[in-house]
Amino acid sequence: MPQRDAMERARDFEEVNKGYCFAHAMFEAERCLRCQDPVCMEGCPVRIPIADFVHAIAAGDLPRAASILRTANPLPAICGRVCPQESQCELKCHMAKRFGPVAVGHLERFVADWERSQPVGEPPPSPWQSARVAVVGSGPAGLVCAGQLARQGYPVTVYEALHAPGGVLRYGIPEFRLPNAILDWEIEALKRLGVEFVNNVVIGKTITLDDLFDRHGFAAVFIGTGAGLPKFLGIPGENLNGVYSANEFLTRINLMQAFQFPEADTPLKVGKRVAVIGSGNTAMDAVRSARRLGAEQALVVYRRSEAEMTARIEEYHHAIEEGVEFHWLTNPVEVIGDDDGWVTGLKCLQMELGEPDESGRARPVPIDGSEFELPVDNVVLSIGTTPNPLLAKTTPGLATHPWGGLVVDENKGETSRRRVYAGGDAVTGAATVILAAGAGKSAAEAIHQDLSAGI
Amino acid sequence: MYKILTREDFSDATFLLEVHHPMLAKAAKPGQFVIVMVQADGERIPLTIADFSTERGTITLVVQAVGKTTRQMQQTCKVGGSLYAVVGPMGMPSHIGERSKVVCVGGGLGVAPVYPQARAFKERGAYVIGVIGFRNKELIFWEEKFASVCDELIICTDDGSAGIKGLVTDGIAKAIEAHPDIEEVIAIGPPVMMKFCAETTRPHEIKTMVSLNPIMVDGTGMCGGCRVSVGGEMKFCCVDGPDFDGHQVDFDELMNRLGRFKSEERASLERWTRNDNCRLMGEEPRSADLS
Repeated sequence: MPQRDAMERARDFEEVNKGYCFAHAMFEAERCLRCQDPVCMEGCPVRIPIADFVHAIAAGDLPRAASILRTANPLPAICGRVCPQESQCELKCHMAKRFGPVAVGHLERFVADWERSQPVGEPPPSPWQSARVAVVGSGPAGLVCAGQLARQGYPVTVYEALHAPGGVLRYGIPEFRLPNAILDWEIEALKRLGVEFVNNVVIGKTITLDDLFDRHGFAAVFIGTGAGLPKFLGIPGENLNGVYSANEFLTRINLMQAFQFPEADTPLKVGKRVAVIGSGNTAMDAVRSARRLGAEQALVVYRRSEAEMTARIEEYHHAIEEGVEFHWLTNPVEVIGDDDGWVTGLKCLQMELGEPDESGRARPVPIDGSEFELPVDNVVLSIGTTPNPLLAKTTPGLATHPWGGLVVDENKGETSRRRVYAGGDAVTGAATVILAAGAGKSAAEAIHQDLSAGI
Repeated sequence: MYKILTREDFSDATFLLEVHHPMLAKAAKPGQFVIVMVQADGERIPLTIADFSTERGTITLVVQAVGKTTRQMQQTCKVGGSLYAVVGPMGMPSHIGERSKVVCVGGGLGVAPVYPQARAFKERGAYVIGVIGFRNKELIFWEEKFASVCDELIICTDDGSAGIKGLVTDGIAKAIEAHPDIEEVIAIGPPVMMKFCAETTRPHEIKTMVSLNPIMVDGTGMCGGCRVSVGGEMKFCCVDGPDFDGHQVDFDELMNRLGRFKSEERASLERWTRNDNCRLMGEEPRSADLS
């Protein structure tokens, strides 16, 4: 995949990958071995008929490729950019072992981008079902659920707590990885399908879940409220000035456009040296954003080793190219501050790998006497998020697991409340866009079945 | 979208907006707040709901023009105009317990958010002592409105131009002296005021609730920017608060965290003021590269 020069792109928020041209895409698609048993599909959480759409590209039939893709995955332009293909479809590819896998993700992105360049078709018929469905949260799970239901003829209203729809796709993933224009296009496409978006409404606060049924007349509700609650380490100094959760750091940048301050009103203070704690995609997003906001030294601090890192390999490589430093086996134990309450450093312990822990990964064990201090101006905590408890706390009878996830029926995605379904990170805890999309899709099917059966 | 129905200016810095939002007005409870935006690329600022009316379908906000966004609101929010975004009610409602005697303290702008609590206590039959404090007589607002929900009202001014000369802490001390049976104090105002209100009541072991105002972004628990230390535990003010036990709050940390973006806030305000002057001069606003 052609990319922008690392040093050039590390100064702005424009997209890193440039995308394939038609010839390049056809060439890549031709690499497919046309296996009798296309195992790539098994690696896909939403079972996209990958071989079919790749063959359509190879044949130059982009409309067909687009239609195959979109039937299986309503957010191809997004998933083509943010899916961890290397641990899904591309991992299964028979080409992978010797020559490198067919670049399924890049091809998915190519087809979706081509589709976006095409003229908009005839407007679809207005919704023909009488039962109305409310979707709570406009992240990937909610968007997909809304889209699938709208295609089945349901009038759908999506409620969003923030002032712009998209959920984590808007506030979390930076524009250099997923431009807002792509998200906006997907949302416009849903609006053309008849989906109504209502921003600035917090279900559970502005309107209760019961009100959605009793006062607003919805027949079913899908909850896709995500895993928005940031975790903190519980180490001393976390409340010093200059410490951010990755959520705050990225929300200020992505949703609030702090990189345009003072043209945009929301500020973000980024010093010369920024340490991001964690090794997931969010950590990569945060550290690369820090670099773009002028950090001369952007560090990732992780208590395990490179092998246990959870970020997509492409983001990791991009981060290295952009000059991000990685401190593996480094466990932060305290944030150090000055007398005025500002961060000056991060006290860490050097670790070594021991016996496997309950997650099956080698347990990091501190090395005696290895304590040292990294001089930093900012610390960004990217150590995970948990489901936002706001809706469950204000909704009687909506059962949650002790860790906060909503309890759902495995087959249908129905919660402990009748006609209330849920999916995505709100159910699974922080996971991927594609899993959330898959959950939104299957919940839409279940809602359609239940409503049409009158259950 | 969110239409402004009424505006009232209390001073050259403080003003009231009554905003049409029936859904929010119906859901609002004393102690809760809203997040407001004035424009698409504006800040999200938390403002406590000072009043709400289900009949009128409105919420009332009292704003002090101190930073860029609030100055802009002071200049641009006119009757018939509207706000870009208003979302809420955020936070936990104040706990209006069974109390027979309470003190409701409002310092400056804090008079507005403590008012619905005073009213709620009054409606539940409590004996309500109001203590309101201002720098001087000119800055007093809602005196009558506040008095109407209080059994007693103590006004404090820094310069003695109205009521007693002194701070609200003096008013609280006076109330405690006259009423040894006060069960709860609710204090809302600047952090330093709330800190000293809590210190005033601590020796008397009177429960003291305060409403905190840290920097927020989303207001739904997502960013953790509003975290405060209460009794040594990390709390998110937006979802766990904004009301907390004042004797447990680490006010020094709160005040320190409120200064997180001080230099940016100053730059933003200066830029706004400069561009604003350009507008007044009939010129196009100049771009940011001046800073």
